[in-house]
Amino acid sequence: MSDLRDLYQEVILDHHKKPRNFQRLEHANRQADGYNPLCGDKLSVFMHVENGILKDIGFIGTGCAISTASASMMTESLKGKTESEAKAIFERFHLLVTNHSDPLPDPSTLGKLAVFSGVREYPVRVKCATLAWHTMRAALEGSRETVATE
Amino acid sequence: MMKATEEKPARKRAGYDVRRIREDFPILSRPVNGKPLIYLDNAATTQKPQTVLDALTHFYTRECANIHRGVHYLSERATESHEIAREKVRQFINAKSAREIIFVRGTTEAINLVAQTYGRTRLGSGGEILISGMEHHSNIVPWQILCEEKGAHLRVVPITLSGEFVLEQYAELLGPRTRLVAITSVSNALGTINPIREIIRLAHECNVPVLVDAAQAVQHQPVDVQALDCDFFAFSGHKVYGPTGIGVLYGKERLLEAMPPYQGGGDMISSVTFQKTIYNKLPYKFEAGTPNVSGGIGLGAAIDYLQFIGLENIYAYEQELLAYGTRALLAVEGLRIIGTAKEKSSVISFVLEGVHPHDIGTILDRDGIAIRTGHHCAQPVMEFFGIPATARASLGIYNTRDDFDILVEGLKKVKEVFQ
Repeated sequence: MSDLRDLYQEVILDHHKKPRNFQRLEHANRQADGYNPLCGDKLSVFMHVENGILKDIGFIGTGCAISTASASMMTESLKGKTESEAKAIFERFHLLVTNHSDPLPDPSTLGKLAVFSGVREYPVRVKCATLAWHTMRAALEGSRETVATE
Repeated sequence: MMKATEEKPARKRAGYDVRRIREDFPILSRPVNGKPLIYLDNAATTQKPQTVLDALTHFYTRECANIHRGVHYLSERATESHEIAREKVRQFINAKSAREIIFVRGTTEAINLVAQTYGRTRLGSGGEILISGMEHHSNIVPWQILCEEKGAHLRVVPITLSGEFVLEQYAELLGPRTRLVAITSVSNALGTINPIREIIRLAHECNVPVLVDAAQAVQHQPVDVQALDCDFFAFSGHKVYGPTGIGVLYGKERLLEAMPPYQGGGDMISSVTFQKTIYNKLPYKFEAGTPNVSGGIGLGAAIDYLQFIGLENIYAYEQELLAYGTRALLAVEGLRIIGTAKEKSSVISFVLEGVHPHDIGTILDRDGIAIRTGHHCAQPVMEFFGIPATARASLGIYNTRDDFDILVEGLKKVKEVFQ
């Protein structure tokens, strides 16, 4: 039985209270919306991509602590990365939270994002953690449809 | 174990002994995450007393057979038990005749049945169906589907910020084009008890029939469909301490007689040829195929159990507990109750400042506390209050003041995590 602290770690709560890059981007050239109507998490991801590099990234929205913190930490970890690096980090993050790999992926490849490993124990909340990421990927791919992870 | 009779419910238990009641529910002693289960999600589903569990086992070990056509002993026993259960339902809601009691899967199916049979034949282009702003999706979507099919319109009686139904606006919306009013007796999201009698009276003055969604009503107070004079009435077995997969549609006999069948198949016919098929009489006309036989029997046992306690006693106990729980929650700083009607039933929806309901629910769950979080299949209600979701505590016959005390302690912990 896992401790609540595994899910609601300090850093997650901090990012929920003070989300980073919590803004629209005026010069965004990629954007997508994500919405889980069944739980009410809603967000939009904005990116400015130049020469295949995520020069700037921001998000706005409302949702639970997990979805907000995940979005916030995502923006921090992806700023300055290339598109293909961003997609690779997405894959590793997805593996981390959906328990598809035992043992945990090497934390050094994920940095701060490793704190989301606790989400594995709360399968109902996985969709909260992954919403921003799926939305980011949809934005990179230029998809027009609103993303849902439910 | 009390015995069910066919005539009237057995002698009533004196007083309300919640500890004794809790002993009847084996699941309540099951720990969750190493903590005692504090089950406050009764609006979603209720737990089952041992007598219901025994009735289900008894059917499958002693009476299991298909009903209605067999001549062998088990088939006769099963048929009789199933029809006894139907009679118990009739008594439970005081319907005039067992022909007016249709077994369905649940409230949702009951409403779809009325929409697809009564609705399809009575609603034309330009006609109107009237519902309220506090309805559950099951009492919205079947009408939307019907209206789209027929070129008809869904009109919605607004609710107030306290979650109350506005009779004056309802009276204004009732008009020559209204073909049916579909209204919830108790709101699952807000706990509001609606003025059903008055709603029906006003509708009948305009010759408009009324369907009552009683999914959140029948387990909390006595009901009498003849006194209400409602035209249709629907509820779910699993919300009245019975099994899942069974529910009831009540309809006035003359209405059901005039309605075409819902699903076609065995049992709902009296004769079949390739040239012509003649439908069966009520209630069987609306019960195609093998029904949920054990479900009906389990529902009958649940009704016996409730009537043994006494629905008036249940109402009195739960109202007092609701008042206690409401006071206890209001003392939590930053907590706001959504749904503050003057007359409420056993549901308390709330939001906590700075904490999303999902986070509340997850943290409470670690302490064995079961509440529901989300939009409760009432997205229009959430939109009206400008919130994505609420946390909802809903009580039943076995809940206690301790349950609310533990919930409040849990909420304090939630606040600590988020402060």
